[in-house]
Amino acid sequence: MTGPSMINASLKQLAAALAGKKISSVELATLFLDRIERLNPALNAFITLDREKSLAMARAADERLARGEGGPLTGIPLAHKDIFCAEGWLTTCGSKMLSNFVSPYDATVIERCKAAGTVTLGKTNMDEFAMGSSNETSFYGPVRNPWDQAAVPGGSSGGSAAAVSARLTPAATGTDTGGSIRQPAALCGLTGLKPTYGVVSRWGMIAFASSLDQAGPMAKSAEDCALLLNAMAGFDARDSTSLDRPAEDYARDLGKPLAGLRIGLPREFFAEGLSADVAQAVEAALVEYRRLGATTVEVSLPNMKLSVPAYYVIAPAEASSNLSRFDGVRYGHRAPQYGDLIDMYCKSRAQGFGAEVKRRILIGTYVLSHGYYDAYYLQAQRIRRLIATDFSAAFKSCDLIMGPTSPTTAFRLGEKAADPVQMYLSDIYTIAVNLAGLPGMSLPCGFAGGLPVGLQIIGDYFGETRMLNAAHQYQLATDWHIRRPEP
Amino acid sequence: MSLSLDQVRRIADLARIELAPGEAEQTRDQLNGIFALIEDMQAANTAGVEPMAHAQNVAQRLREDGVTEADRHADFQKVAPEVETGLYLVPKVIE
Repeated sequence: MTGPSMINASLKQLAAALAGKKISSVELATLFLDRIERLNPALNAFITLDREKSLAMARAADERLARGEGGPLTGIPLAHKDIFCAEGWLTTCGSKMLSNFVSPYDATVIERCKAAGTVTLGKTNMDEFAMGSSNETSFYGPVRNPWDQAAVPGGSSGGSAAAVSARLTPAATGTDTGGSIRQPAALCGLTGLKPTYGVVSRWGMIAFASSLDQAGPMAKSAEDCALLLNAMAGFDARDSTSLDRPAEDYARDLGKPLAGLRIGLPREFFAEGLSADVAQAVEAALVEYRRLGATTVEVSLPNMKLSVPAYYVIAPAEASSNLSRFDGVRYGHRAPQYGDLIDMYCKSRAQGFGAEVKRRILIGTYVLSHGYYDAYYLQAQRIRRLIATDFSAAFKSCDLIMGPTSPTTAFRLGEKAADPVQMYLSDIYTIAVNLAGLPGMSLPCGFAGGLPVGLQIIGDYFGETRMLNAAHQYQLATDWHIRRPEP
Repeated sequence: MSLSLDQVRRIADLARIELAPGEAEQTRDQLNGIFALIEDMQAANTAGVEPMAHAQNVAQRLREDGVTEADRHADFQKVAPEVETGLYLVPKVIE
């Protein structure tokens, strides 16, 4: 294979090329690092690059391959969202608060990817502390969408999405608290999966809203996502919410035919607020699914409209608690000048956090404060139960739920930056999935005005294999996932 | 519901975030916009609904009461703003 075909190759093809000595891991890493050097200045998809470290990992992978000890991902380059602590790497979470934090340890996700023999190309840009839907809240500046540099890539995993879309990396890791893998995957034209809550360890992944945060793969295809998830997933005693279940091969059912698959279409997903061109692409994907042997049935998620308000109580409440650890004492930014201890906290946090993070900490502080807890936090948790119950009822009549990932294609940089509420509403189709703890994914299903459209697939708990099967069969029949932006 | 400036200052104080002069006004307006969205929750009938704190109904695991971590004191303090003889330094709190 040559350079141009390498950048479009699947993980399986790259593994075959490495095993067949058509290319070495060092050559492969160099090819992507050179491409990053050339294209990243315009996209701003990476916060940290370290060629020496990357090449050292690639050399180790080559040695492992030469010994015949390689696995399916050994020698394959990956980019990691800067939310994952990686030993010896600057780990900023997109914040000034951690702009000086070189992690002394690896997150479990990083540790597992390293054990599989992957090569870290760099740490990707993201909304500060994963709070955002456009990658505009990053201390390191906005990421640009490779399909149109005047548009946002989505967020919060916007750097990972732009990097895969521009073919700066074969695949990347992301995290999803309210849509942060699926929405940027949709807006950048890639495939991304948020697993069932508890499938991937959160240890070493900087916490935003602990009961909602979940890491997952972002790649060019469902097959690649399955292979990467195989490396990322698994029980971890260090994460108290990690689920102790037998290991799964997420690629095992990719080849199954779809005949008999029942797809539920929530009427609330196809109602007011969905832009006509996105609706059209999603409808066309459903036609393709019927052609592949699936049937569709209307279902209802009557409490879906309450998911955004409930999320903006629960997520900030958990965030205000999680982010209290940033106090300028043990790590992170400390104000250069201060009076007493309290003043040091207040100034360090005022300087270290950006506007959106501060807003969410303040909301969280308020809804948890004396006298407001029942009206806000408990009410939001009751709504969370109603939403989870809606999904259980829907899954009685279908195997998977499908709909749009995002109500629109990528919006303009700056378009929603001044209006937090408008920004929040762009996650209307993804948030309910996190509240219920279900797995969700997005895959490309067409274009509108030259920008990619994402189809969302929602599975029942632990339905990843079935979702990946449905996505893979669609990708065998269509070529949306193969299209890529120039150059 | 609408927050007053005093309430915004009180929340910021609880959250240990200093507000710059004039910042409270802007913050109040933005927070009130967000609370207008959150207020939609109040119309939902949730009588008798059990609050859901977590996606999975799992109990906390127990483990053997033994040392599992190596001592990496020095590594972890390397990233601290100010350390002396293995201790984190902060402004004096006790006279």
